[in-house]
Amino acid sequence: MSEETQRFLDRLAEFRAGRLETRGQEPTWIAARRQAGAARFEAMGFPTRRDEAWKYTDVRAIARGDFALAEDAEFSQAGAAALTLPIDAHRLTFVDGVFAPALSWLDDLPAGVSLVPLSAALEENHEAVGGPLGRLTGVEFSPFSALNTAFMEEGAVLRLAPGTVVEKPIILQFLSRNGAQPVMSHPRILVQAGGRSQATLVEHHVGEEEAANFTNLVEEIILERNAILTHYKLQEAPLADLHVASIHVEQARDSRYTSFNLNLGGALVRTDLISELNGENATCDFYGLFYGQGRQHVDSHTLANHNAPHTFSNENYKGILDDRAHGVFNGKVVVKRDSQKIEGFQSNANLLLSDRAEIDAKPELEIYADDVKCSHGTTTGQLDEEAIYALRSRGIDRQTARGLLTLAFAGEVLEEVNLDAIAERVELAVAGKLPERFNLAGLVEAAVAMGDE
Amino acid sequence: MLEVKDLHVTVEGKEILKGLSLTINAGEVHAIMGPNGAGKSTLSSVIAGKEGYEVTSGSITFEGQDVLEMEVEERAQAGLLLGFQHPVEIPGVKNIYLLKSALNTQRAARGEGEMPAPEFLKLIKEKIAEMQMDASFLQRSVNEGFSGGEKKRNEILQMLVLQPKLAMLDEIDSGLDIDALRVVADGVNSLRAEDRGILLVTHYQRLLDYIVPDHVHVLIDGRIAKSGDAELARELESRGYDWVLEESAA
Repeated sequence: MSEETQRFLDRLAEFRAGRLETRGQEPTWIAARRQAGAARFEAMGFPTRRDEAWKYTDVRAIARGDFALAEDAEFSQAGAAALTLPIDAHRLTFVDGVFAPALSWLDDLPAGVSLVPLSAALEENHEAVGGPLGRLTGVEFSPFSALNTAFMEEGAVLRLAPGTVVEKPIILQFLSRNGAQPVMSHPRILVQAGGRSQATLVEHHVGEEEAANFTNLVEEIILERNAILTHYKLQEAPLADLHVASIHVEQARDSRYTSFNLNLGGALVRTDLISELNGENATCDFYGLFYGQGRQHVDSHTLANHNAPHTFSNENYKGILDDRAHGVFNGKVVVKRDSQKIEGFQSNANLLLSDRAEIDAKPELEIYADDVKCSHGTTTGQLDEEAIYALRSRGIDRQTARGLLTLAFAGEVLEEVNLDAIAERVELAVAGKLPERFNLAGLVEAAVAMGDE
Repeated sequence: MLEVKDLHVTVEGKEILKGLSLTINAGEVHAIMGPNGAGKSTLSSVIAGKEGYEVTSGSITFEGQDVLEMEVEERAQAGLLLGFQHPVEIPGVKNIYLLKSALNTQRAARGEGEMPAPEFLKLIKEKIAEMQMDASFLQRSVNEGFSGGEKKRNEILQMLVLQPKLAMLDEIDSGLDIDALRVVADGVNSLRAEDRGILLVTHYQRLLDYIVPDHVHVLIDGRIAKSGDAELARELESRGYDWVLEESAA
């Protein structure tokens, strides 16, 4: 076993001993899974570039790190307010993985919605959590999911009773602190959306500028019949943060899952997004935008598993890479035998803003049925110099012109973003301060209506 | 307003303008005519700051400022605007966005605040009606999928909204049918003002039936070979360019 793997196992031993001392024995199923996670991690170690799924992503920055576990969730109110999305929402906040009640807002949760930290859900009824937890993302999925399981402690559990429609977005906010020593957290998110329920979940990763922490997230989302979930993952972590997320979705008949995987921050970012389309007419839409600068490394792996006939997947990922940033896109669509009449569309386009930026894009289709409609494609290009000149010739400075064209490139994804506060964050990150909000939807409508008078 | 003195310009090592001088005062409409390859478009492109042109000697000043020292966007902000012969498509950037941000950028350069939305909408409504354009053009991407005539109207629409001090129009009549030509010419004529200069670059006299210039210059082989009034344009129409060449050589 490598020294690196051993260091994480040593941390785990300390963590378990400390836990036993302060909180006593935990339920046996949790202890058993922790053990299984540790064993699996010990056996696999961190992935290397010899592993196909990690061919373009080097995780040594994580493996070589010495991360402690955060002990408190202190964060100044003013500091948090500056980072928080200005959205009227139900909110759970975690600071370096530790639940922060003072920065959370759960007072007006409507009937049929249960939103609690994982620790509270376990205390209340650990068996109700133990059933679904780990069913979609087991310790076998990756060394990171094994590590997460070994360390699992906190996170969020969202349950929607059948027929519940949640008007306000539900925000899970993860704040990363600039502390004396880098810390790691292994949050666990479990979403159980009952039949015909409907909600918007916003997962927001952000933090103090100089922070350099490691977040290793595992997220399981279960959509019952006809449930509709829109899931925004806005990753604006500090530029030295390390971020790994494994998101697994299970979709029953007629359910709809829409994912926005928006990556703006982090030094090393890896996201795995998988949807199991298990019932007829289940639909998933994967929208992605990654913007890398400096030496950021952003890797998105997606997988749509068409396990049933008449299921639909649609994917559109846009990558924008500047400086010496490195992007990885791997999108896979798998159609099982007998999954006839499915539709799976996939598109990935990348924009390189510098000669030294790099993208590795790999779309994959695996089809074992014969009556299907699938397409995929990936393109990579640069900004159109003539268009930059055309904008400048109307008085718009070069930097803004580049920003506008970059946003225009991301347009197909951004236009689908219905939360203004999120679209604005993306605009600001990609284009800087603009003379106008890029999305002038309201103004356009007004102008067109005016023309109809 | 605009003073071009003994301008020499090369493109990819080839000299295109060979000592061109031109003065445009406020309130005047100038037309530059000439055979293909004479350097007509080069002049307006150099004034607007397009890349790929090397000024080897000479000067361009606009209201006392050295134009050649200004960035492309600074020229536009100062009120120098070029309507393109071949307007480029800008997918994903809405027409209304370009109009609003260009207008507000220009206002900011003058130290003015943003134009309030209702006022902006009123302005736009007036101007698109003037150009006989449908309001739906506002929400389409700049020039994307526009016909040749629609692109030209869109260039004039930008002029009407941005109200430049010097409007330069490069072959604005090319590819227009007679109805579109009238609309475009009306738009340009509405720009005529005591405090504004207009520079038309055209191959055909036809445009000048609709926009009557105060001064006509014949550009041959990188120099202005002859200048006159609107009558000169009509003479060129009937006699061609050769006689000017012979006259200037003599």
